[in-house]
Amino acid sequence: MTMAIDLKGGAAPATLNERLLKRHDRRERTALSLLTAPGALLILVVLILPIGWLFWLSFFDASGEPTLANYARMLRPVYVKTFISTFQVAGLVTAACVLLGYPVAYLLSQLSERTAGILMIFVILPFWTSVLVRTYAWLVILQRTGLINTWLTGAGIIEEPMPLVHNLLGTVIGMVHVMLPFLILPLYASMRAIDPVLMRAAANCGATPAQAFRQVFLPLSLPGLAAGIGLVFVLCLGFFVTPALLGGGRVAMWAMQIADNIAVYGNWGAASALGVVLLAVTALILVVLRRIFKVDTFGGAR
Amino acid sequence: MLGRPATTTQITHLQRLWLYVLVGLVLAFLIIPCLIVIPMSFSGSQYLEFPPRSWSLQWYQAYLGSPEWRAATFVSFRVALLTTLLATVLGTIAAYGIARVRGLLPAAARGVFMLPMLVPLILVAIGCFFVYARLGLNGTILGLVLAHTVLALPFVVIAVSSGLASYDMNQERVAQSLGASRPWAFLTVTLPQIKLSVMSGALFAFVTSFDEVVVALFISSGENATLTRLMFANIRDQIDPTVAAISSLLIGLSVLLLVGSQLLRRGGERR
Amino acid sequence: MRSKVAIQKISKAYGAFIALDDVSLDINPGEFLTLLGPSGSGKTTLLNVLAGFVRPDSGSVTVDGTEFLTLPPHRRNLGMVFQNYALFPHMSVRSNVGYPLRLRGVPKAELDRRAGEALDLVQMGHLADRGVHELSGGQRQRVALARAIVFEPSMLLMDEPLSALDKKLREHMQLELKRLHQRLGTTTVYVTHDQREALTLSDRIALINGGKVVQLGTPDEIYDRPRNKFVADFIGETRFLPVEPGASGPLLYGRALKTRDGAAGRNEKSWLVVRPERLRWRGGDDDGSNRIDAEATDVIYQGDSYLITVRLPDGAEIDLRRSPDMAGGRLPDRGEGIRLWLAPEHTILVTDHA
Repeated sequence: MTMAIDLKGGAAPATLNERLLKRHDRRERTALSLLTAPGALLILVVLILPIGWLFWLSFFDASGEPTLANYARMLRPVYVKTFISTFQVAGLVTAACVLLGYPVAYLLSQLSERTAGILMIFVILPFWTSVLVRTYAWLVILQRTGLINTWLTGAGIIEEPMPLVHNLLGTVIGMVHVMLPFLILPLYASMRAIDPVLMRAAANCGATPAQAFRQVFLPLSLPGLAAGIGLVFVLCLGFFVTPALLGGGRVAMWAMQIADNIAVYGNWGAASALGVVLLAVTALILVVLRRIFKVDTFGGAR
Repeated sequence: MLGRPATTTQITHLQRLWLYVLVGLVLAFLIIPCLIVIPMSFSGSQYLEFPPRSWSLQWYQAYLGSPEWRAATFVSFRVALLTTLLATVLGTIAAYGIARVRGLLPAAARGVFMLPMLVPLILVAIGCFFVYARLGLNGTILGLVLAHTVLALPFVVIAVSSGLASYDMNQERVAQSLGASRPWAFLTVTLPQIKLSVMSGALFAFVTSFDEVVVALFISSGENATLTRLMFANIRDQIDPTVAAISSLLIGLSVLLLVGSQLLRRGGERR
Repeated sequence: MRSKVAIQKISKAYGAFIALDDVSLDINPGEFLTLLGPSGSGKTTLLNVLAGFVRPDSGSVTVDGTEFLTLPPHRRNLGMVFQNYALFPHMSVRSNVGYPLRLRGVPKAELDRRAGEALDLVQMGHLADRGVHELSGGQRQRVALARAIVFEPSMLLMDEPLSALDKKLREHMQLELKRLHQRLGTTTVYVTHDQREALTLSDRIALINGGKVVQLGTPDEIYDRPRNKFVADFIGETRFLPVEPGASGPLLYGRALKTRDGAAGRNEKSWLVVRPERLRWRGGDDDGSNRIDAEATDVIYQGDSYLITVRLPDGAEIDLRRSPDMAGGRLPDRGEGIRLWLAPEHTILVTDHA
C-alpha cells in the first residue's frame, strides 16, 4: 500500500493529493454519466439524427438542388387550408375537452379519495385502451348503419340516417374521447393539491360559494388547466390515427398531409418541411406555456 | 338526502344536481365506447348489432382462424416484449445515472430522454422510415423494437426517477460501507426497493409498443406487420366485425394492464 | 479492531461554501472521538469523507498507514450507522445483519452464528426473524448497530444515530453505546450536535465550526477550558458577562476578578463564562472580588427543586436550581437583590477568537 501523497504539491499545503482526488472524481462522474449513454445513443440514432436529416432534406428539391420551395409551397391555398383546418380541429377539441373535463376533475377532486378513485376508472380505462379500438368503437356507433342512426330511424325520430362520421363532427367526437383523459388527469392532480381549508376561509370571509369558486379555486386550478390545455392542443396538432379513420378524407390534418406527401407523392422535401414546421410550432407552444405557467406540460402524463 | 349539504360551505346536493348529471354524462361518454364493442363482438348475424339478436363466437373464430391476424398478433407481442425488456433496462440505468450525478450533464440527459414524448409521432415515423431505408431496417422486428424502445424510454425514465426520488440513497451508501461494490449495492439493495417503479415503467413500455400505430404504419410491413397496422388498414377499408372481436380481446388486455398498474401504485403507496 | 487514523489537511468546498477548511486530526487506536458542532459546521461532511461518500478537494486520510481516499467505500471496511438507520426494508432483521458477512463470503453456518451473536450483543437476538418495519425506533437503532459491528470493522462511524429517538430512550442508548465501546474497543467516530451526548460518550471531542476544528480535547478540557467564546457558548448552559482589562487584572463591572490561570484577560476585552451550576450563593473574599450582583426575578417550586431565575447586571437571565431542603439558606423573594460568587478555579475568561 502506498502513501498517496502528492510530493510536488507538498510546498502548498492546501493541495495535498489534489490532483489525485480530482482524477478519481472525474472517473466516477464519467462512469455514472455513461449509464445514460446507451439510451441516449439510441434516441440519437432513431430520433434526433433522422429529424436532423429531414431538416437538411427540406432545403432541397427532388433533383437535389438547394431550394426554399418546400417552405414557399406551404403558402399555397391547399396547405393553408390544411393548417387552418388543423388548428380549427385542435381548437374545437381542446375547447370541448375543457368544457367537459373541468367539471369532472372538479367534482372528483371534491369527493373522498376512495370514491374519486373508483370514478377515476372511467377516465383511466379509456386511457389504457388502444386508440384504434376506441376509434373503431366510434365508427360502429356513429356510421350510417351504426347504433345511433339505427336506433333513431328505428324509433321513427328521423327519416334518413344522419351523417355523424367521416366528417368534422365524427373526427372531433373521436378526438375528444382520446384527449379527455389527458386534460382530466393533470387537472385533477392540481385540484387535489388545493387545500380545501381555503374554500372554508373564503366562505368565512363572506364569499358566496360561486364567488369562492371564481375568486379562489379557479385561479389556483389554472396552472393545471394550462398544462392540460397545452398537452391536448399539441397532441391534436400532430394527431393522425383518429382523423385518418373518422375524417373520411374530408378533414385535412397536418399529420395526414405529411403522410400523404410520402406515401402518395414520395415527396420527402415537402414532407420534411411540413414536419419541421410542425415540430417548431409544437416546441413554441410548450416553451410559451412553460414560461407563462411554469408548468412541465408533459410531466405526469402518459 | 338531496337537501343535505355536500360541502363544508353548505352547498346542497340539490344545488349541485346539474354538476352530477353533467359529470355522469361525461363519464358515460368516456366508458361506453370502451365497453359497447364487447357484446357486439358476440353477435350471431352478419352485421354488428346492439343488442345482438343472436349470439355466436363466429368473429372470434374468424380471428383465430386467420393466419394473417395470428401472425400480426404474434409480431405485436414479440415486439412489445422485446421493447419492454430493452426500454426497461436502458431506462432504469439511465434514470439511476441521472439521479446519482449532479450538475448540468444529467439535466441535459433528462431533456434528451423526454424528447421522444414531445416530438409528434408522425415525424418520428417518417424519420425512422427514411433512416431505416438506408440501414435496411424497414419491415424488420429489430427496426420496430428500436423505434418503440425510443418511444417507451421517457415513460420508464419518469417512472424509475420518481421511484428513486422517494428512495433513501443512504440505503445504498450503507450497503457500500458494509462491503458491497456500487453495482452490487444497486442490485441487492436499491433495485429490490424500486422494483415497483421499474415494473410500472415496464408496463408503460409494453403498452406504448403494443398500441403504437403511426410508426408501425410506416416501418412495419409484410410478414412483420403489427396487429395495429393490420387493424388500421382493416378499419379504414371495411368494417369487418372481426375487428370487434380483436378489440374486445384488447380491451380485456387493457383492463388487465390497468389492474396491474393500479396494484403497483397501491403497493408503492403502502410502503 | 483498534485502528489509528490520521486526517491531514482535508479541504472540501461546494461552490463558494467551504465545508471543510484544511482539517487535520489524529484519532487514537480504540478511541471514542466525537465530532461535535452546529448544523452546517462540516462534521457530517468529515464523517462522509472517512466513509468515502464525499471526496474532498485535497488532503489525506490514512488508517494504520494506508491511504484511504483512493479506496472506494466498500473496500474501507468501516461500520457505519446512519441517522435514519438505513435498514434494508426488503430483508429481515437477521438478513440485514448477515448482509455484510454474505458480501464477505462467510459460510452460512458461521454467518448465522455471528449474526446471532451480534444481535445478542445489542439484545435483539429474540427478534431476529422480524421484518424491519415491525421494529420500534430504538430496536431499529440496535439492529443498525449490530449490522455495523458484525463484520468486525476497523472503525465504527456513527452519524447522529440517536437523534431520532425520544429523550429517555436516547439517554438509555447513550449508556449502552458507551458500554459496547468499552467492551469492543473499536475506534469510533461519532457525529452529534448534542453537547451533552458528546460529553457523556466521548474519550475526546473535536468541536467543529465553519469547517475547522475549533478545539480538540477530553470532555472536561472542553468544558472547563474552552478556548474561545464559541466553545464556551456551545458547551453547557452559558451566559457571558463583559470583562475589561485592568491595571492589576481583569475587571468585572469595576470589581477585580481572580481567575484560575491569572494571566487571562489581562490585555484585551474578554468575557466571563457564567454557568449556573458554578455560581455560589455565598462565600468569597472580603475584597469583593468575583462577586456578581443579581436580582431574583422568579422563584418557582418544581417538586425536586426550586427554579430561581436570576437577572444578571447586563440584563441576561439565568436559571439556578436549589434543592428544597434549604441547605443553601433562605430562599430569595421575587425582586430581591442577591450576591453570587464564582470561585477562582471556576472563573473562566474567553475571548471572541482563540
